[in-house]
Amino acid sequence: MIEMQQVKKTYPNGVTALNGIDINIDPGEFVYLVGQSGAGKSTFIKLIFREEMASSGQIRVNNKDLLEMKWRDVPLLRREIGVVYQDFKLLPKMTVYENVAFALEVVEESPRQIRKRVMEVLDQVGLKNKARFIPDELSGGEQQRVAIARAMANYPKLLIADEPTGNLDPDTSWEIMKILEEINGTGTTIIMATHSKEIVNTIKRRVIAIEGGLIVRDQHRGEYGYEV
Amino acid sequence: MAMKFRTLKRHFKEGLKNSWRNSWMTLASVAAVTTTLILVAVFLALVLNLNYIASGLEEDVQIKVLVDQTANEEEIEELGEALDGLDNVESVVFSSRDEELQDLMTSMGEQGEAWGLFEQDNPLNDAFVVTAEEPQDTVAIADVIIEDFDYVDRVNYGQDVVQNLFTFNNYARIVGAVLIVALVFTAIFLISNTIKITIIARRKEIEIMKLVGATNWFIRWPFFVEGLLLGILGSILPIAVLFTGYYYIDQNMGAVNQFDFIQLLPFTPFVWQLAGLILLIGAVIGVWGSVMSVRKFLKV
Ligand SMILES: Nc1ncnc2c1ncn2[C@@H]1O[C@H](COP(=O)(O)OP(=O)(O)O)[C@@H](O)[C@H]1O
Ligand SMILES: [Mg+2]
Repeated sequence: MIEMQQVKKTYPNGVTALNGIDINIDPGEFVYLVGQSGAGKSTFIKLIFREEMASSGQIRVNNKDLLEMKWRDVPLLRREIGVVYQDFKLLPKMTVYENVAFALEVVEESPRQIRKRVMEVLDQVGLKNKARFIPDELSGGEQQRVAIARAMANYPKLLIADEPTGNLDPDTSWEIMKILEEINGTGTTIIMATHSKEIVNTIKRRVIAIEGGLIVRDQHRGEYGYEV
Repeated sequence: MAMKFRTLKRHFKEGLKNSWRNSWMTLASVAAVTTTLILVAVFLALVLNLNYIASGLEEDVQIKVLVDQTANEEEIEELGEALDGLDNVESVVFSSRDEELQDLMTSMGEQGEAWGLFEQDNPLNDAFVVTAEEPQDTVAIADVIIEDFDYVDRVNYGQDVVQNLFTFNNYARIVGAVLIVALVFTAIFLISNTIKITIIARRKEIEIMKLVGATNWFIRWPFFVEGLLLGILGSILPIAVLFTGYYYIDQNMGAVNQFDFIQLLPFTPFVWQLAGLILLIGAVIGVWGSVMSVRKFLKV
């Protein structure tokens, strides 16, 4: 699903965020990305859906070469990848329904298909009954579930989440984790950057630890491994 | 770039919504386009008509060479042959002073009869009427005749009217063009600013659109639509002004007797063509304004 060889990323300001990453992630895996702030986790995630472009090396996602890829093909790549952020990134003036439908409208789905799919994914995250609410009327956990529903709307094979529970209290975080596990259970690959020792140590999955732009540890059923 | 009708509809809806949302900027841009296009319309109607009138007059232009009254018959004949020998001259026709007087009297109608008093002592000159092969050579030929020929008293070729009309028209064209270019750029600038504001207001939406895989064209389209809309809205009033104004002038021109000989470009198709051009310029201004903004502020 994801192959990286000697991937380096230097930002225009001269900061080298990733300094030679080699990794393979198979379809269906659930991967935690851990590391101190500034280690390069977000950069790693941004490279996968070409929000940023690697400075050198090789990246393949879904068998697409991301460095060779033409600009106009980037949207097609992104349709195969769902993204979830710490700050949800919902549109405040739109209802829950509209926020999710938005992702399907921009890829020119038919209205019938949109109605059907939106209710499906809202059901999946347990928010079918809040379709008409606006984000401000929801709790943080619920807002993140809307964001997950939106990310899943396009049937992505890969879901990447950058600290999805970073703004949530522990109880709510577990709800989110439960949903992510369910999604992973249906075969969707998940990569999740996190600072939550509790989550990583409880739901044991593959752990990739990044430090100073390098992978320092890659363990199946690993531990968080940092003191917080 | 095939687009589904549904998508096109969506872009238009979004574009409309955008214009509606910052209605003050929309109003300002539309006003700028309107002002610009009214000036463009007036200016084009003026210049094109002056041109039309001038070339109409120009076709009638003949050079009347008035022969010096001291010249004898031989010398007059010599002059006629010399004129005939000039380059670019189509015809040379002699008109005696008596014929000249007759012409004058007929052309003046009743008032002309007073000239009958002069029949005994005709003050007019014998004349040669010289027609150039090409109307635009008229001035050059007349100059040569004045400079190089003997026995020539004066040369008349309606130079004042035609020449002044052309000169005026040239100045009008330059001044008008400068003014219009400046106005067009102001309008483009205002439109691009309006759209910039929309883009900034929709930053978050655009960011999310990119996240979920919208194509760059999908993101750009509503802004082009917005620009197009501003341009087209701005051309409505100028077109209305053009239609009513031209109609009014066209109607009243005939009523004013002295101008009977001046023909304006006919209402149909001239006004329709000009209206189409105005609409086109409006649309181009609008789209150009949005292209500038989209390029600068929408790094998709
Ligand atoms: N857009 C950017 N421009 C310049 N430097 C950046 C940018 N994004 C991140 N960085 C730098 O790259 C390094 C890695 O950042 P990041 O990938 O965000 O780490 P993490 O998500 O692990 O906290 C940091 O030093 C950060 O300051
Ligand atoms: Mg980060």
